Amino acid sequence: MTDAPSRLRARPLSPHLQVWRWHITMWTSILHRVTGSALYGGALILAIWAICLAAGPEAYATFKACLGSPLGKLVLFGLTLAVFYHLANGVRHLVWDAGKGLDVKTADATAVAAFAFAIVSTLVTWAIALVTGAL
Amino acid sequence: MTSYRTPMSRARGLGAAKHGVTHWIAERVSAVALVPLVLWAVYSAVNLARADYAGAVAWLQETPVNPVLLTLMIAIGFWHMHAGVRVIIEDYLHKPLTKVSVLLLNLFVCTLAGALAIFSILKVALGGA
Repeated sequence: MTDAPSRLRARPLSPHLQVWRWHITMWTSILHRVTGSALYGGALILAIWAICLAAGPEAYATFKACLGSPLGKLVLFGLTLAVFYHLANGVRHLVWDAGKGLDVKTADATAVAAFAFAIVSTLVTWAIALVTGAL
Repeated sequence: MTSYRTPMSRARGLGAAKHGVTHWIAERVSAVALVPLVLWAVYSAVNLARADYAGAVAWLQETPVNPVLLTLMIAIGFWHMHAGVRVIIEDYLHKPLTKVSVLLLNLFVCTLAGALAIFSILKVALGGA
């Protein structure tokens, strides 16, 4: 039994990403944190929007020029995806917290639904923005 | 096995303080509130992208609904954001000094940015712009 500690030390530790088979529910879990962290940046952009609006017309025009630039639009598009994904997957988590939908088949199906909702809602939002002249 | 309960706690025999689950529940309650608020915010953002400075000011001044919903979304959103990132920090940072520093930074950034945003919105909404 003297070699027990060394054998214990050699055991793989979780999360062991190199040997686990990548699965859709792994992606949803990781992306929930990634999009949540991205929305941290989005919330700070929202705060800067409010500060620039209160600062006056010149500051607001500068802010709109930054967000209206190609890079700004790319960031906004990514944030739209992050918002809709985090929203859909957040609802999925709330359903799990209620004790429902925890079996593998349902969890896989709702994972696909969350991705689909995020992509479709983002495209619809940007299509509406394009058609109504918001871009 | 070491017991982490204090002698006073054992003598009282009351079990846990029953506060452990508060943060967990509050994060879920804020999530439920944010579902309609965020959908409204996306709709509003598309409308505001069309408007210039005067249009954005008018949006905050013409009805109490817009500034109130926006203030609520920012307050609840920054709270939820702080709670979520706090869990991430607690999961991945283990050195006590680093962990406490980043936890404090998270709290201060969320509080400061949220307060600045809400103050700015109220200033414009109440006619200060």
